Amino acid sequence: MTAVFNRELKAYFTSPTGYIFLGVYLLFSGIFFVAINLQNTITEMAYYFSNLTVILVFIVPLLTMRLFTEERRNKTDQLLLTAPITVTKIVLGKYFSAICLFGITLIITLVYPLMMLLYGNLMIFPIIAHYLGFYLLGCSLIAVGVFVSCTTESQITAAIITFVILLFIQLSGMVASLFNNAIVKKVIDWLSVMNRYSEFTTGILSVSSIIFFISFAAVFIFLTIQTIEKRRWS
Amino acid sequence: MIEILNLTKRFGNKVAVDDVSFKVEKGEIVGFLGPNGAGKTTTMNIITGYISSTSGVCQVDGLDVLKNPEQVKSKIGYLPENPPLYLDMTVYDYLVFVYKLKNIKNDVQKHIKEVMETVKITAVAHRIIKNLSKGYKQRVGLAQTLLGDPEILILDEPTAGLDPKQINEIRNVIKSLGKERTVILSSHILPEVSAICERVVIINNGKIVAEDTPENLSKSMTGASSFKVRIEGDEQKVLDVLHTFDEIQNINSVKKDENAFDYYIETADDADIRREMFYLLAQNQMPILELGAQSLSLEDVFLKLTTVEQPIPAASNEVKEDISENTAQEADNNDGSI
Repeated sequence: MTAVFNRELKAYFTSPTGYIFLGVYLLFSGIFFVAINLQNTITEMAYYFSNLTVILVFIVPLLTMRLFTEERRNKTDQLLLTAPITVTKIVLGKYFSAICLFGITLIITLVYPLMMLLYGNLMIFPIIAHYLGFYLLGCSLIAVGVFVSCTTESQITAAIITFVILLFIQLSGMVASLFNNAIVKKVIDWLSVMNRYSEFTTGILSVSSIIFFISFAAVFIFLTIQTIEKRRWS
Repeated sequence: MIEILNLTKRFGNKVAVDDVSFKVEKGEIVGFLGPNGAGKTTTMNIITGYISSTSGVCQVDGLDVLKNPEQVKSKIGYLPENPPLYLDMTVYDYLVFVYKLKNIKNDVQKHIKEVMETVKITAVAHRIIKNLSKGYKQRVGLAQTLLGDPEILILDEPTAGLDPKQINEIRNVIKSLGKERTVILSSHILPEVSAICERVVIINNGKIVAEDTPENLSKSMTGASSFKVRIEGDEQKVLDVLHTFDEIQNINSVKKDENAFDYYIETADDADIRREMFYLLAQNQMPILELGAQSLSLEDVFLKLTTVEQPIPAASNEVKEDISENTAQEADNNDGSI
């Protein structure tokens, strides 16, 4: 698993995708931090993060579109699948590399709360909840992207489908409000990753939400593994 | 070493591999021969565990590929038709990656250095794979299969797309590798198989149509021994003379020029009537202008086996019985004159 993990993490930086992901994320997070926190001299980061969730919809596909599509196109999946290593380990290796890059990016943005801590009044625990919630949100969305990338051979197709799904997830609150049927509303609300995330933005570390995110990601990782296994059997 | 029993693989309605059974013993170099789309790659993919079979058993060292995938996979080095290379890595980094992927316990640097020397890629160790020539890419692919010293090498068309010099080099590498390992290699190029392999399995439309050494295959497929003779003189008179031989089973005559005909003569297996025929024709004032043995080259065998509409499943058995009885014939001497 570490072999796959290391290779993928390196590959992000031997191709432009890793740099674009980092660059775009840091650019927008910088803009939001300056515009929201510095300009208004507030230490509350809820607005900052809620704006960034929109950016995630655009840049998560960048992170995941290559993961399995390129393996199939270059036929390197033959190397992975004929090596003495299980599909689960391959998928996890790739998934962890993506969420690791996302984690690194988040760690870089820790300079913002650090600055506020030095020059202002910062409530540390809400910030921790924000970061943790946002990281878990990102990890869930990345799991969706990983799953999509194993279903197609084209990076562009993978990116577009991932983008559409993430957009739907982003808008799920709005979609739910369109329905009159209470049950449909409830189901969409319950499944809504964004709703879960908003719990974190109020500074609450809720165990059920953490478990929700982890299970959400686990379901998509499981589907990825099954899809790859099934392809070998058909 | 490798045992395949009643292996079948269907893709939807299409049967890619149809009830194939064969065995490969330890230390053998076996050639897997067949036209494009015959099921060679599919069979190899099943042995290496890349895809599953629809039915049938594939065992390596007594271990079922589907039940013990990891143990089996660690015994096999697989070079697919397109070498599975990460184009954005350097050769060395790539080999380190495969090394770790295969979870090998030897000393990394020493082991990779040895492998690179075996396939002669030490000079390009730190170049990016994308920029290498096809021949070098193929060698990097071969190097990858050798990592961890697997007992079995499975090579899918290892020389496809290379220039003649590279082909020769890769062949020599494979031959030397085959001294200590079991090798299965597929090809649709016949001279290659006859140059490298001790045994050939010919597959067509997903079925095995023959299985033997290259020499025996070309010998046996002729069935009866046959030869061509060009004789001057009236066709009917010559035929009358020739028909005095009981051993002759069949004669076809073709007009060559004004007063000479080519006669394609088939005789019973062991009968060699060339001397008697020579004297008899001489007595009858019928000069022989040309006399040549006719034996099928591997190429003819291949075509004969793969173009026949109903392949003969019993071919492999007949072949074995014939080995001891046949007199030596030049396998590729199609039309040699005496």
